[in-house]
Amino acid sequence: MNGVLSVLLDIFRQPSIIVALISLIGLTIQRKSGSDVFKGTVRTLVGFLVLAAGAGVVSNSLAPFGEMFQHAFHVQGVVPNNEAIVGQVLVQYGSAAALIFFFGMIVNVALAATTQYKYIYLSGHVAFYMAAMIAVIFGVAGFTTWQVILWGSIAQGLVMTVSPAIVQPFMRKVTGTDDVALGHTGGAGIALSGLVATLTRSKTKPSKSTEDIKFPSGLGFLRDTTVIVALSMAVIYIIVALFAGPEFIQGKLSDGQNFVLFAIMQAATFSAGVFIILAGVRVVLAEIVPAFKGISERLVKNAKPALDVPITFTFAPNAVLIGFLSSFVGGIVGMVVMAVSGTAIIIPGIVAHFMTGAASGVIGNGAGGRRGAVLGAFTNGLAITFLPLLLLPVLGDVGLSNSTFSDADFGVVGLVLGHISSGGGQVAVIIALVVALLVVYGSSLVLRNRAKRREELERVDADDSREAETSAAR
Amino acid sequence: MKILAVCSTGLGSSFMTHLNIDKALKTLGVSGVEVDHADLGSVSADSADAVFVGRDIAEAAQGLGDVVVLDSLIDQNEIQTKVAATLERHGIEVPS
Repeated sequence: MNGVLSVLLDIFRQPSIIVALISLIGLTIQRKSGSDVFKGTVRTLVGFLVLAAGAGVVSNSLAPFGEMFQHAFHVQGVVPNNEAIVGQVLVQYGSAAALIFFFGMIVNVALAATTQYKYIYLSGHVAFYMAAMIAVIFGVAGFTTWQVILWGSIAQGLVMTVSPAIVQPFMRKVTGTDDVALGHTGGAGIALSGLVATLTRSKTKPSKSTEDIKFPSGLGFLRDTTVIVALSMAVIYIIVALFAGPEFIQGKLSDGQNFVLFAIMQAATFSAGVFIILAGVRVVLAEIVPAFKGISERLVKNAKPALDVPITFTFAPNAVLIGFLSSFVGGIVGMVVMAVSGTAIIIPGIVAHFMTGAASGVIGNGAGGRRGAVLGAFTNGLAITFLPLLLLPVLGDVGLSNSTFSDADFGVVGLVLGHISSGGGQVAVIIALVVALLVVYGSSLVLRNRAKRREELERVDADDSREAETSAAR
Repeated sequence: MKILAVCSTGLGSSFMTHLNIDKALKTLGVSGVEVDHADLGSVSADSADAVFVGRDIAEAAQGLGDVVVLDSLIDQNEIQTKVAATLERHGIEVPS
């Protein structure tokens, strides 16, 4: 009996098997054929192992970077990159993360079905990363496995519902419809951008749209993740290598290889690792997300899909570039402030500044034209530089690795959950989750009543005009 | 016939476009067309018969063969029209 139990335990400690089981369920629900179910399940299992292999490549290239940075500047240097950190986290917290991801989707559908917040979070990759972070935070707080999964799933579902909701007022201005929402872990920063753009908007002379500007083309290579990660990391590695000096690197790290070449090769290796992790994530999600989409469409009336940031890019391509650059400048300003004040240094993560900065630019432009795009995205850039710094202590040992979660939602959610769980333990977490649920349902009730009243008013208006017509006819 | 939806990371928006192309094919009543999604970096001209991208990466996707540029990734009507046109271009009959 004990033998069977220990085999079962062994199985459930294998994140790759958990993820494969989840996709097995997903495929069965979609009523796929037997061979498709089998194929998809095995693909997911292998995909997860690909992801784990990529994590090894990334951490091998980050280890010498950390040492170089430490030697050169005597503080910790951290590269915020979701794929890099998630790859490493999943090796230890993978099973809990996979289950939080799965049950979080169910909580998301339940909340969408019972409240006015009809958002279904379809950006599986970032939802998966969020689940990984929540697993770490509750794990670090010392919760048992089932507590991590239970409270983690509720927290995850809340984040998946609330994050699109706070961006939606601004998103509506960009898309001109209420049918589509934005689902990305940059949500808090992007909403902040919309808020800043609205507040700084001049009433007398509103700033013109970014789309009236004619932009030089030729920055197309910026769209290729592999290329921008390799290029930006090469610049960062070379700068740090120059400060660390050839003696230290060639003596201690590179085994005599020229230090600049070593830096370039490590940067390219980092990009290779991210490439592998992305390939793994793609395979893992391919079987699960369609099932989630299908179920939510059936169960939630008027569901609004919350989609990845690039859906905003087509609405204002110029704002994409302006937003990226403004956000990146914000990141550099933040880095300089950290260098002066002697804390650990958050190096601007190019992918995060590109994805969330660009979306902040588009949202900022929608709310406040050119000025809104620049100021909003700049604020996002500051936010995604300082939030990761504050997040480091909450992540325990994970905070000591040379990479961290990059987007604003990770910072906000991580800080709130981290401080509540380390400060007040499980009781505090339960109270916080209950309060959050009450706020969601309470505000939903207010919204529902308001919508009902508006409908009634419209009906009364319609009746009035009809009466007026009939009396005029008489 | 193979159609590939492409975005910069090959994770979110290309996946949604992929699912929307699937939906369009179903509405059009066409079967036997393979659809997949990928990132810009791992696609070459012979990866697929037609490549669907958003307006924002149209420039970077030049040289990938038959590139179909979507003005909006969320407009199902546009996707359906462009899928139908693409199928006809590649000699596949669309039952109307």
